[in-house]
Amino acid sequence: MTDEINARGLSCPQPVLLATKKIKEGKVSEFSIVVDCGVSDENVERAAKHNGWNVKDKELKDDGAVKITLAKS
Amino acid sequence: MNSIKNFLSSRLGIILAGSIIGIIAVLLQYYGNPANMGICMACFVRDITGATGFHRAAVVQYLRPEIPALILGAFLSSVVFGEFKSRSGSSPILRFVLGACAMIGALVFLGCPWRAFLRLAGGDLNALYGIAGLVVGVFVGTLFIRNGYSLGATQKASKASGLVMPLIALFLLALRFIYPPIEGADKSGLLFYSLKGPGASFAPLAYSVCAGILIGFICQRSRFCTMGAVRDLLMFRQVHLLSALLSFLVVAFVANNLLGLFHMGFDGQPVAHTASLWNFLGMVGSGLAFALAGGCPGRQLVLSAEGDSDAGVFVLGMFAGAAISHNMMFASSPAGVGAYGVAATVCVIAIGLVIGLTNIRKI
Repeated sequence: MTDEINARGLSCPQPVLLATKKIKEGKVSEFSIVVDCGVSDENVERAAKHNGWNVKDKELKDDGAVKITLAKS
Repeated sequence: MNSIKNFLSSRLGIILAGSIIGIIAVLLQYYGNPANMGICMACFVRDITGATGFHRAAVVQYLRPEIPALILGAFLSSVVFGEFKSRSGSSPILRFVLGACAMIGALVFLGCPWRAFLRLAGGDLNALYGIAGLVVGVFVGTLFIRNGYSLGATQKASKASGLVMPLIALFLLALRFIYPPIEGADKSGLLFYSLKGPGASFAPLAYSVCAGILIGFICQRSRFCTMGAVRDLLMFRQVHLLSALLSFLVVAFVANNLLGLFHMGFDGQPVAHTASLWNFLGMVGSGLAFALAGGCPGRQLVLSAEGDSDAGVFVLGMFAGAAISHNMMFASSPAGVGAYGVAATVCVIAIGLVIGLTNIRKI
């Protein structure tokens, strides 16, 4: 099971900050982050790519949030 | 629909967004809005505050249609693209205070970050101090954010909550249509008008409304944010939003030159003063407040239109800040800093620092 960060309700830049922090820690090569607004979705994706990671999967949750799975490329 | 959505938030798309906003802003100046003030979230909210009588500074009273039209444009865009979500509950009263502080700081400088760049694009070199202040204020904000500063998560709210700001916008716009300016009169129905000063300079109503709706649509799609441009560069070395801000500046500069609106210098610039230190510090306070609230005033207006009631509270704070600024003589004028502007600036920066320090939490 991959790590999952819950960033629901958090406004930018916090979801991006949480995602980049996880990437910079370098402990995992894959993790998920759940965001609930389109802007955070785009920003997390952009930040991941900026750091050389990829979006492996996007899953729409029942509550309308999006679970983004990021993986080291 | 999706291709438009993806395009305006792509690199090329956001550069185009910044460019279009730059052209619209300069055209609004050309067609009658005050010089170097094609669109300004601080000045225009301040003018609306005057038009509705919350302050009575005679030269800055006009119900600027651009602001409510921008909210409505962003609202329609968010509805069409399925991004309207009612949400609230992230430290609303602190956001109110941040909105007021941001406005007080901006009115010491005489402009929001958008206008800071428009002023520079028009040759007003005093804007350099304001922009430097903005960068420093945002930098201080990022120090708090890096250390765990957060105003907390929002929660889902009722539809009615999210519709408040679009409805207020509709109400304001309706007032402007019902009570148009009357030649030589300082009042029309229940609205106050300026007979001289920046409040007496405005583009035709239809132009202002169309420009506002278009800018609202573009900003909602592209996520254009002047504070975010600086913040993302400082925090993440990302230039995505910055590329939009720079294209906004360059295009406005070129358009000003083409239309003969470019006049370079420090002295005699329109709706500006030369007290450099306070141009700088006013925007330090303002920039800090924007960073702590997570968006420049334009972005806050757009978020408030998308159902974010916390951003709505920030915007209402801006209205309160504008009223306080003029009623208590904090606001600057072309003659210089207001009678109590220096004390207000120091207080605004101090309040920002206290809010930053007291909201660091483990996230």
